[in-house]
Amino acid sequence: MSRLLVSALVAGALFGLGLAMSGMTDARIVLGFLDVAGAFDPTLMFVLAGAVATTALLFTPILRGGHPLFASAFQVSNLKHIDAPLLAGAALFGIGWGIAGYCPGPALAGLGAGSLESLWFVPAMLAGSLLHRLLFR
Amino acid sequence: MFEAWIPALAGGVLIGLSSVLLLWLNGRIAGISGIMNGVLLPKSGETSWRIAFLLGLIAAAGLYIAFVPGAPQPRQGFSTTGLIIAGLLVGFGTSMGNGCTSGHGVCGLGRFSVRSLAAVLVFMATAMLTTFLLRHVWGLS
Repeated sequence: MSRLLVSALVAGALFGLGLAMSGMTDARIVLGFLDVAGAFDPTLMFVLAGAVATTALLFTPILRGGHPLFASAFQVSNLKHIDAPLLAGAALFGIGWGIAGYCPGPALAGLGAGSLESLWFVPAMLAGSLLHRLLFR
Repeated sequence: MFEAWIPALAGGVLIGLSSVLLLWLNGRIAGISGIMNGVLLPKSGETSWRIAFLLGLIAAAGLYIAFVPGAPQPRQGFSTTGLIIAGLLVGFGTSMGNGCTSGHGVCGLGRFSVRSLAAVLVFMATAMLTTFLLRHVWGLS
């Protein structure tokens, strides 16, 4: 197996571990954060803070390093403009997130735990993504 | 005192380290919706690492939830219709807006992208508004 696959597998495992450990795989905890007018649950705030502090500290020196260790170039979006598809897409995603409490990572992680909710949510999410590609690309 | 902040912060750091590792070694952004869409509509040479990443994510989360005592368990029993509508919106929206909580949130904010910050502010706002309307105005969930 190529080292690119091993590193992707390890990175994916760290991601899944982080989601499960922090409780993000339980949609009640996520909705508890989004429900600012209810019994507010700050868990998601700590998760996001830990994650963004880590990337904010380490991304800049990595990107200054010229090229990644196992590949010839960084593939990072260089889009700068804030346009209507970005804002409309983010708005629609937020509505879906606020309904059930799942964003893509935790929904996929739930598949590993055999969660029935993920078995409904994930195919619908794939269908929604395909629908967008069919309509707009 | 809010006690779950230790595993929350530690889990967040692990998610951050995952993104750091994928960028440092492979030069790729750990955005889950982008990785998932890349598997759904494959581009040559960019599919197998995405499958490996997703398999790692699903397996590690599954093992943690199954075997670690006291691990938070996924919710069960939410309305099926609600799950399907929410799933369609999340898939459509993340495809249109080119990212979700990980791509725009964890990675975009980590490289100080103003575009990602705009996306994060918008999806946080509509998510909080949706939860507010469903729970406190319409009493639906």
